[in-house]
Amino acid sequence: MKRSRRQFLKVASLSVLGLSAQLAGGAIVSAAEAPAYQPNEGGLKAGRWAMVIDTRGFETAADFEACIKACHQYHNVPNIPNNQEVKWLWTDKYEYVFPDDVNEHLSESVRSRDYFVLCNHCENPPCVRVCPTKATYKKPDGIVTMDYHRCIGCRFCMAGCPYGARSFNFANPRRYLDMGAINAEYPTRMMGVVEKCTFCVERLAKGQLPLCVEASEGRILFGDLSDPESEVRKALAENFTIRRKPSLGTQPGVYYII
Amino acid sequence: MYNTKYVIAGLVVFLALFTSPFWLNMGKASYQRPELALPADAKECIEPVDYMRAEHMQILDTWRDQALREGKRTYVATDGKVWNVSLQNTCMKCHANKADFCDKCHTTNSVNVYCWDCHVEPKGNQ
Ligand code: SF4
Ligand code: SF4
Repeated sequence: MKRSRRQFLKVASLSVLGLSAQLAGGAIVSAAEAPAYQPNEGGLKAGRWAMVIDTRGFETAADFEACIKACHQYHNVPNIPNNQEVKWLWTDKYEYVFPDDVNEHLSESVRSRDYFVLCNHCENPPCVRVCPTKATYKKPDGIVTMDYHRCIGCRFCMAGCPYGARSFNFANPRRYLDMGAINAEYPTRMMGVVEKCTFCVERLAKGQLPLCVEASEGRILFGDLSDPESEVRKALAENFTIRRKPSLGTQPGVYYII
Repeated sequence: MYNTKYVIAGLVVFLALFTSPFWLNMGKASYQRPELALPADAKECIEPVDYMRAEHMQILDTWRDQALREGKRTYVATDGKVWNVSLQNTCMKCHANKADFCDKCHTTNSVNVYCWDCHVEPKGNQ
């Protein structure tokens, strides 16, 4: 039997149509059975997470200690007794925390106080821009976090961060941790990766606030900057606040009530 | 053929080398699937055993990306059961015997994983 080219194309196109319909049907069925990933049911959500630290409430070393301990213990941050320390939350002097703002005649209480420092979870984070492996990335809710699996330890992020918010593990951190007493719910890091504060992203997913916020007894506020009704927005509206190195344009997400 | 001597000799050497793994392994015991310690108090894994055996590494890879990048930390399995997306807090809770579960198979298959350089291995295997 001899077929014309036209007939051949008709049959061919019909068969392709039938085949794809069958494939599509199959795909729909298997999609219904495929495992799915969802955000946790009780997780906290925000358009833009931010922190407001009421520095007037922190004066003695003990005031800071509770928060630092809560953070470092939970996240298995080692206490290394040399200049290669690893830190997520620590304190520094006014002139180092706010170098743009030094004023010879500042009030004595402002100048002499220590200030909490941590990763600012910047709106325009230079650390994210320079990380070659995307180990450091910014989530849609504003949290700048890390996937330690991908970190190659090049330390570009440390060079990029103008706040010194990152620590490098020069040695295996487990050497400096009491492995019998660590938090078994949270991993440690390994030698050769960079680490920093994550705004307790894993706790927010469970519906809990960051540990330093809990331990601060109301002196550190945490909430959604994009919600005018949130605690942080109210605190910002009612108090005079500053941020670190505003002239750099990184738009930090950590605010200080002075 | 030019240089027949050398060509034949070369071929023989090549064949001997190429097939040497077979000769060297001849008479040795064949591969034995290791006996693994299964969780004492759990009957089912998140997915069927065969699937887990073949795909656990891909699942863990996807779990990492979903949890860290997408913020999706709840896994709805094929059978509809719901799990927390976490190697340390879900997998290792049941598979608490790392030495007789993970290590046995990985060692037999010469696979060196470094999961436990960071993830805390369960205390169940002491
Ligand atoms: S403070 Fe530094 S590490 Fe944190 S987001 Fe900003 S640039 Fe990155
Ligand atoms: S040290 Fe790690 S996180 Fe930092 S830039 Fe390099 S790969 Fe990225």
